[in-house]
Amino acid sequence: MFPSKFDYFRAETLSEAVDLLARYGDQGRILAGGQSIIPLMKLRLAAPAVLIDINRIREMEVIQEGNGHGLRIGALARHHHLEVRRWPASLASLGDAARVIGDPQIRNVGTVGGSLAEVDPAGDWGPVMLSLSAKVKAISSRGERIIPVDELFKEAYTSSLKEDELLREIEIPIPADRTGTAYLKMERKVGDFAIASAAVQVSLSPDGRCQDIRIGLGGVALVPLRPRRAEEHLQGSSLDHQVIVEAQELVQQDCEPFADIRGTVEFKRHLAGVLFRRALGIALQRAEGKEVETVHV
Amino acid sequence: MSRHRVKMKVNGLDYEEEIESRLLLVHFLRDNLGYTGSHVGCDTSHCGACTVLVNGVSVKSCTFLALQADGGEVVTIEGLAQGEKLHPIQEAFWNNHALQCGYCTPGMVMSALFLLSNNPRPTEVTVRRAIAGNLCRCTGYQFIVDAILEAGSKIEAK
Repeated sequence: MFPSKFDYFRAETLSEAVDLLARYGDQGRILAGGQSIIPLMKLRLAAPAVLIDINRIREMEVIQEGNGHGLRIGALARHHHLEVRRWPASLASLGDAARVIGDPQIRNVGTVGGSLAEVDPAGDWGPVMLSLSAKVKAISSRGERIIPVDELFKEAYTSSLKEDELLREIEIPIPADRTGTAYLKMERKVGDFAIASAAVQVSLSPDGRCQDIRIGLGGVALVPLRPRRAEEHLQGSSLDHQVIVEAQELVQQDCEPFADIRGTVEFKRHLAGVLFRRALGIALQRAEGKEVETVHV
Repeated sequence: MSRHRVKMKVNGLDYEEEIESRLLLVHFLRDNLGYTGSHVGCDTSHCGACTVLVNGVSVKSCTFLALQADGGEVVTIEGLAQGEKLHPIQEAFWNNHALQCGYCTPGMVMSALFLLSNNPRPTEVTVRRAIAGNLCRCTGYQFIVDAILEAGSKIEAK
């Protein structure tokens, strides 16, 4: 099938995009990679009157590290760019997630910003960005707004971006030394969204205790979720077996999964706990300098 | 504006047409330009039978507006053989019985082309990951994987 009719505008620069959004944002949508919106339009589940194509704004594709600003990922960075980039242990979950999104063709075209703004309950970037304390920068004709990523996720498939706002880039703060990260996703088949997924960022103090921990869960609520009770339980702990088992239990309790074709409530809840524990294990190994793969195929 | 002029190079030839903005690249290639080798196999962007290269990168042309390829270069399955001479990937598919009904085959070959142009000697695991976006109902994939591995070694040998 094919989409219903729409007016198409192409922005060649950021300021053109901002102008177009100011004029048409109420009737239109941004076309980034289109790997979410075009399938929806083909099934006529979405029928925007206007599409604003931003793919020519090359500066939005840039991934920039350093300068004391942490990592800045342009909203148009394609999933593939993050898949092939070498990441340190403290940002390895970005590579883990990039590798399991969709399939090669989707990764070539789909974008990090587009995917985040889609707020799919089982999307991959949401849990990872939550675990990395990411913020997004939104721009409009009214100025700039920095939004912590947990405030970006308003509802399933609904971001808190205003109609005239463009998600410009994602900012990730520089992690502390001795930080390891990991993202694990369980899917029914290749290319699928997660049944459940878990992202972990853990920082170790010099004596090996848990200095800081952040967990992001996917597929177990209407939006990506941070299980804060589990985080608090692990904070400052020795990260021994018992503490981790207790944290796993708290993760499972704090999930709010809904049953769907991918799994029952019980299965998703169970899976979230298991994936959290495995992701924590990998993140800890990486924090200690080991190289660990999360995707074996 | 729901109609636009679009220009692109397809298989080395220049084309320019006026189209609806909603026209998908696969339909532009098939219906406007007559390149019916790219197939529509699903409604949900899963099957990959429509896979082509846009500016060197593999893309599901059913999930891509023709306008997104404006000013760009597209390669379809029709662009691989040179007259009667098959591309090494096509030859390897033939030699390894890597097709039965042939419906997924153009997409498989284009995904293989994208893989081998970036990674000339992939492992079997890498090949399987590279065709993860292409579904086949006939073959069970093994011969397709064999064909791509063989094509890789032949291309690199040249």
